[in-house]
Order: sequence, then C-alpha cells, then structure tokens
Amino acid sequence: MSETTDIDMLRYCRSQTGRHIMLLVRSPSEVINPLLFFLLVIILFPLGLGPDREQLSVLAPGILWVVALLANLMICMRLFVDDFEDGSLEQLAMARVPLAIAVLPQLVASWLASGLLLSLVSPLFGLMLGLSMDVTPVLVASLLMGTAIMLLLGAVGSALTVGVQRGGMLLALLVLPLYVPVLIAGTRALNEALYGGDPYVALALLGAGVTGGLILAPLAIAAGLRVSLEL
Amino acid sequence: MWRIVHQFGSPPWVYGFCDRVIPWLLPITVVALLTGRVWGLLFAPTDYKQGDSYRIIYIHVPAAVVALAGYYVMALAGLVSLVWRVKLADTAMRAAAPIGAAYTAIALITGAIWGKPTWGAWWVWDARITSMLILFFLYVGVIALFEAYENKTVAARACAILSLVGTVNIPIISKSVDWWYSLHQPASIKFTGSSAIDASMLYPLLGMIVAFYALFALLMMLNLKQSLTSEYAQSNWLIKRITT
Amino acid sequence: MQFDSFAAAVTMGGHGGFVWAAYAITSVVILVMIARPVLSTRSMQDTIQREFERKQAHEKDAS
Repeated sequence: MSETTDIDMLRYCRSQTGRHIMLLVRSPSEVINPLLFFLLVIILFPLGLGPDREQLSVLAPGILWVVALLANLMICMRLFVDDFEDGSLEQLAMARVPLAIAVLPQLVASWLASGLLLSLVSPLFGLMLGLSMDVTPVLVASLLMGTAIMLLLGAVGSALTVGVQRGGMLLALLVLPLYVPVLIAGTRALNEALYGGDPYVALALLGAGVTGGLILAPLAIAAGLRVSLEL
Repeated sequence: MWRIVHQFGSPPWVYGFCDRVIPWLLPITVVALLTGRVWGLLFAPTDYKQGDSYRIIYIHVPAAVVALAGYYVMALAGLVSLVWRVKLADTAMRAAAPIGAAYTAIALITGAIWGKPTWGAWWVWDARITSMLILFFLYVGVIALFEAYENKTVAARACAILSLVGTVNIPIISKSVDWWYSLHQPASIKFTGSSAIDASMLYPLLGMIVAFYALFALLMMLNLKQSLTSEYAQSNWLIKRITT
Repeated sequence: MQFDSFAAAVTMGGHGGFVWAAYAITSVVILVMIARPVLSTRSMQDTIQREFERKQAHEKDAS
C-alpha cells in the first residue's frame, strides 16, 4: 500500500477546500443566515438597553463579541451533521488521508464563509453600537483570529455531539466554557484600543490561540468523530 | 511495578482493595473532617478584618482545591481508558464526575454565602468564583455528554476526549479570567488574601484540605464499589465474595 | 476556644447565620454523598445474597 505523500495531502486539501466552498456558494442561505442572525441580535441590544449612544459605545466591544460567539455556535451546530447523516463522514474516516487532516478543508471553507465574513462586516455593526471607527483594525483582526479559534473549538464539540439527538444545546454547554478565554482576549483587545492602552498583548494571545488550536484541535476533532461514528 | 498497574485493571482486585481500605478510610475521613471543622469554627482566631465570617474559608478553599484536582483525576482516568482501553478507568472517570461537580457546587455556594457578609453581595464576579463557575460547567458538560449517548462504552470514550480537552483549557481559562479580573477590579480586593496568613489560621486550612482529599478518595472508592457491584452482579467472583 | 460563651459561638458577631448555614449545607451534602453509594451497594449485595440462597435451596430440592 502506497504511503500518502505530503504532496498528495496538499493537493487533496486544496481540492477538498474548493469543493466545500462550492457547496457553500450553492446554498447561500447557510452563509447569509449567520450574518443575519448577527445583525438581528445586535439590533436587540439598543432596544433592550436604551438608545443612549454613550452607554452603548461602552458596552459595544462586549456586545459584539458575545454576539459573534453565539453566531459562531450556530455555525458549529451545522458543521458535520450533513456528512454524518449521508455517510460521507464514514468515507472520510476510511480515506488514506489522516482524519485530522481530512477535516481541515471543511473547517477552512466554513471559516471563510462565516468567520471571515463576520469579521469584515463587523465594523458596520460596531458603528450601529457607537463604536469608534478608529478601532476598526483591531476589531477586524481580533475577530478574524477569534472566530478561527471558536470554529476550531466548536468543531471539537461538534465532533463529539454529531451523533446525539438534539445535540445543539449539548454543544453549547460543552463549548461555551472553552470560549471564555477568546471572549476575554477579544474584548480586552478592543477595550485597550479604545482607551489608549496596548491591544497587541491580547492580539498576540489570540494569535497564539489560533496556532495552538490549528495544531491540537484537529486531533481532538478526529478522535471525536471516530467516537461518534461508532454509534 | 507493572504488576501493580495490571492489578488496577482487574475488577476483582480493585473491589477487594476497596473492601480493605474503606473500613478504615471512612472513620479517618469523618474524624478528619470533624476535627478540621471544629478547629476552624471554634478554635481558630477571629480575623481582624472580616470578623468571624471568614471561617467559611475552611470549607470554601478546600472544596475549590479538590474540585480542581478532581477534574484532573477524571481526565487522567479518561486518558488511561482511551489509550490502554482499561474498562475500570471508564468506571473511575464516571465516578469522579459527579463527585467533582458536587465539590464545585459546594465551593460556589459557600463562596456566595461568604460574599454576603464580606462584600455585601451574594455574588461577586471575582476571578476565583468565576473560574469555579466555569469549572462547574466543564463538569456538567462531561456528565451531560455521558447521559446523551446510549451506548455507554462509546459514551465513556467521548467523555474521555472531552475531559482531556477541558484539562488543556483549564489553565488557559483560569489565567484569562485572572487577567480579565485584574483589569476590572482594583488589585487590593483579593478573595483569599495573598497577604501572609497566620499559622494559627493556616493549619486548620491545610487540615481541611487534606480531609477533603481523603473524602474524595473515599467517595471514589464507595462509588467504584457500587458500580462494580452493579456491573458484575452475575459474576462468580463477586457472588463468592458477598456470600462468604 | 475562640468564643467566650456558647451564645457568642452561635452568633459570631452577627455573621453566625452565614457561617453555620455554610457548614450545615456542606455537612448535609457530604452525608448524602457518602450515604448514597453505601446504601445502594448494600441493597444490591442483599439482593445478590438472596438470589444465591434461593438458588442453593433450589439445588437442594433438586438433588
């Protein structure tokens, strides 16, 4: 049996990523819905807290991050479900490419369609909450990294709960405690940038999270998927 | 040395071990807990800043410490189960989860009760209590995941993975909560003063920590014995043990 | 003893309610945590014992 070479794996990943992106492009609702959700929930906050611009702008970093967190959770709930149900996940597990690597294309495509878009649109939502435009670079950078970490962590939870009936709530329960550091770092970066501090510590930590997550999460995701497939 | 490790994988041996240890561990633990409490309640000196309400520390801190340690015990059992496929490790992990969750709950409740006379509020979002709250959810997550799967062998594997993920994240979570707290609260308010704690207050605290560890071990063994009795109810070795 | 009288120990300068409540709740939880597996194990052991004795009696009748 021939070994899978690195070139094979790279080619595989690239083609698979392209495939997943095409799938997402074909069902635009999967991409748009989380963004709409983001927008709708953002709107709820002024309605609930009052239109006072000053107050909103103080709370804006926290609000943006919590809502991004929830939107991310929504995406993760859908992550492996379809492939699990139609059997393609099993095929993936038996492929020559190690499962930990094989799941990466889907995660990358998911992030491009969700986290990336969310981050790019976030300055608009920040504006609605009275967030100063000066911090836009920090906002986008922190969200880009934060959503990546949250997708990776969410995928771990997703892998463990994909076979469970109504696993959505369970997923939230498992994953939200793990999201706390991301939330803290993300809001810290924004608040530092807003009040003249140094946002780079928080941003660096987020960067470390992405790197660490990319290395460790796929292992847990693969292990979790194998467990779920045993059902 | 491997013989010892092997023995820990054998249900009859572990059952026998529990049977031998529990009769003396139980009274020792009870005595240790009572002694620690009486000492902390009545004999330790009154704190000049907080008055007598600080005595809750003799429950709160030990519970918190062992709650955290308990998660690592659970994760370790999960690791053993995952890597070496030792069924007994599954049982141990399953036993540890609710015990750890109960300890965390005690820590949270006593923390809240302590908070009221000390800071005037039933809930103060300080670093330690927030970390404890998250730890509670980590425990509940493991328990919920186990309940969600019908096939319990597979469930145990899923929980092992989750506990390991949690273990890696706990230091990250607690550091980030500390960091978060240091921004929002002046450093002068520390839940358990890192200011030098007097020996007369320290010793009962250490004593209670040891007692709570002993209690954890005791509860683990009691629960293991219960699980083994129920799992192997039809097995000859168990029937023999019980009826002779 | 830190307290001069029993009454002082109970009230603890106004904080007594909190301290005793905390200790009481913890005691109850610990007692329950110990009692549950002990009682459950004992009842299972009794069942096994009875089953065994029933089988013994059965075999005696049969022989």
